[in-house]
Amino acid sequence: MELPVISNSAPAEGGGCASSGCGTAPDALGHLPDHIRAKVQDHPCYSEEAHHYFARMHVAVAPACNIQCNYCNRKYDCSNESRPGVVSEVLTPKQAINKVLAVAAEIPQMTVLGIAGPGDPLANPARTFETFEQLSERAPDIKLCVSTNGLNLPQYVDRIAQHNIDHVTITINCVDPEVGAKIYPWIFWENKRIFGVEGARILIEQQQKGLQMLTDRGILVKVNSVLIPGINDEHLKEVSKIVKAKGAFLHNVMPLIAEPEHGTYFGIMEHPEPTPEMLQELQDACAGDMAMMRHCRQCRADAVGLLGEDRGDEFTMDKIDVMEVDYEAAMVRRKVVHDEIIEKLDAKRGIVKPKDEASGIPADARPVLMAVAGKNGVVAEHFGHAKEFLIYEASPAGARFMSHRKTELYCGGMDACGDGDVVDAGATESLLERNIRILEGCEVVLCSKIGYEPWGKLEAAGIVPNGEHAMEPIEEAVMAVYKEIAATGKLSPAVDSKKVA
Amino acid sequence: MALQITESCVNCWACVDVCPNDAIYEDKPHFLVDESKCTECLGDHSVPQCAAICPIEMAIVDELGAFLNPPGSLTGIPIEKLKQFGLWKEAA
Repeated sequence: MELPVISNSAPAEGGGCASSGCGTAPDALGHLPDHIRAKVQDHPCYSEEAHHYFARMHVAVAPACNIQCNYCNRKYDCSNESRPGVVSEVLTPKQAINKVLAVAAEIPQMTVLGIAGPGDPLANPARTFETFEQLSERAPDIKLCVSTNGLNLPQYVDRIAQHNIDHVTITINCVDPEVGAKIYPWIFWENKRIFGVEGARILIEQQQKGLQMLTDRGILVKVNSVLIPGINDEHLKEVSKIVKAKGAFLHNVMPLIAEPEHGTYFGIMEHPEPTPEMLQELQDACAGDMAMMRHCRQCRADAVGLLGEDRGDEFTMDKIDVMEVDYEAAMVRRKVVHDEIIEKLDAKRGIVKPKDEASGIPADARPVLMAVAGKNGVVAEHFGHAKEFLIYEASPAGARFMSHRKTELYCGGMDACGDGDVVDAGATESLLERNIRILEGCEVVLCSKIGYEPWGKLEAAGIVPNGEHAMEPIEEAVMAVYKEIAATGKLSPAVDSKKVA
Repeated sequence: MALQITESCVNCWACVDVCPNDAIYEDKPHFLVDESKCTECLGDHSVPQCAAICPIEMAIVDELGAFLNPPGSLTGIPIEKLKQFGLWKEAA
């Protein structure tokens, strides 16, 4: 069965959105048949809208892997880093189940349980499927997901279907073995380690076969790709077309993370990471063919909570061991909370947005990128305290969520640590410079408050700080600022984009 | 004859699942090979399975202490870079 792919137009064509972003716009999800929409409306990793309300967790029961990726280091146990493939402790299936029940009782918004590593879940079939089997019996109100590199996927598709796992993510970085050989040095296949192009060819074949088998069974598939400059950047457009044709529902292009201190091949070889602008350009280029996911936070393989937050520290095994969980009672509470959220979302979807938000803006005004220190859909954060900026594009068609850019990236090596605009001068310097680099391409930064020093430096960099819309809904604030800029006549395409007021 | 696991092991379980003799067991600080069970996969496979799936260079050695996966052999990271990052060893 070929799943209809949700619409997600390129920026020039505009696109609708609700009051809290539209990476995968809620009205776009509305085009899906009801049974598919029902599957994603409370899934934070599939629906941009849902990720503001529903939480997910990963349990790290799958440490083994059957391939090597050049962006991965199998020494996975770092407690400070937040990136895929990293966990604090590997759990047995029994521990994992206790953890899931404890978290689900404590955080009723947690609707989704994924197994995503730190290795490949399907290279750990016994541990992975035991966990799924027990959870589907004991916690039938939790959605089950699995992420895989795809190598063992064809042989496990039937078991995936059997355990009612209806969301699968496959990481597909290429469809050409020559490209693959630059990303995957080897795979373990039929009792041998196979290097280079031959290994990549087998991996690609299995990924594509598995993808087709899943969509044939009506299982929702999201494809993750790591954007690796100079290796698969152009190639990912082809990947996007092919996975869409095979029925994948969403494509999530993520930036390569390659710091030398992570000890990965790309890190040690100082392979460049993509700039936020490169990532956005590629996402936009793929968006003509494929629904793109833009709200992924590249979380750990043991993350707990809403996307962008990690409450894993509250649920370490020593804490869980002493928790008493009555899951039957928890399920009743959870149902009430879920229904309330869905009702709220449905109500919001029904509201027709006033069309006059762009009035007074010339139809040919050029689009402007703005960075927002936002939280829960409003302009909420102090500039120096923002852990990430949400990037919006304002145009005569309205405000559109484009991406998020992290400020506190990953761990290790960074000597800049502090509150940005208030602590000691050395730290302020580098964190500020970093933030300004991260905001490249943006003309305005919206935040609740900002210090004197960063204000000056942002202005010098051609980015106008704006603290006048604190606690206002993000889209309204973005459009209000866009209107102000339009009123100065600085939005005609000929005007230098760095000189807006 | 038996293979051994060194302190380079990161406890990823990959070898445990592929060993045809159930010769590998969990221990602290890392997994170990039961020498009485290990056959180096002779008769079962053309190559020792633990060494064929192990993602960590220098983690598996033979009786003479020779690395089955020497530095640089799995990642392709050049020796000079491995030395620079303290990831290179001559022998176990």
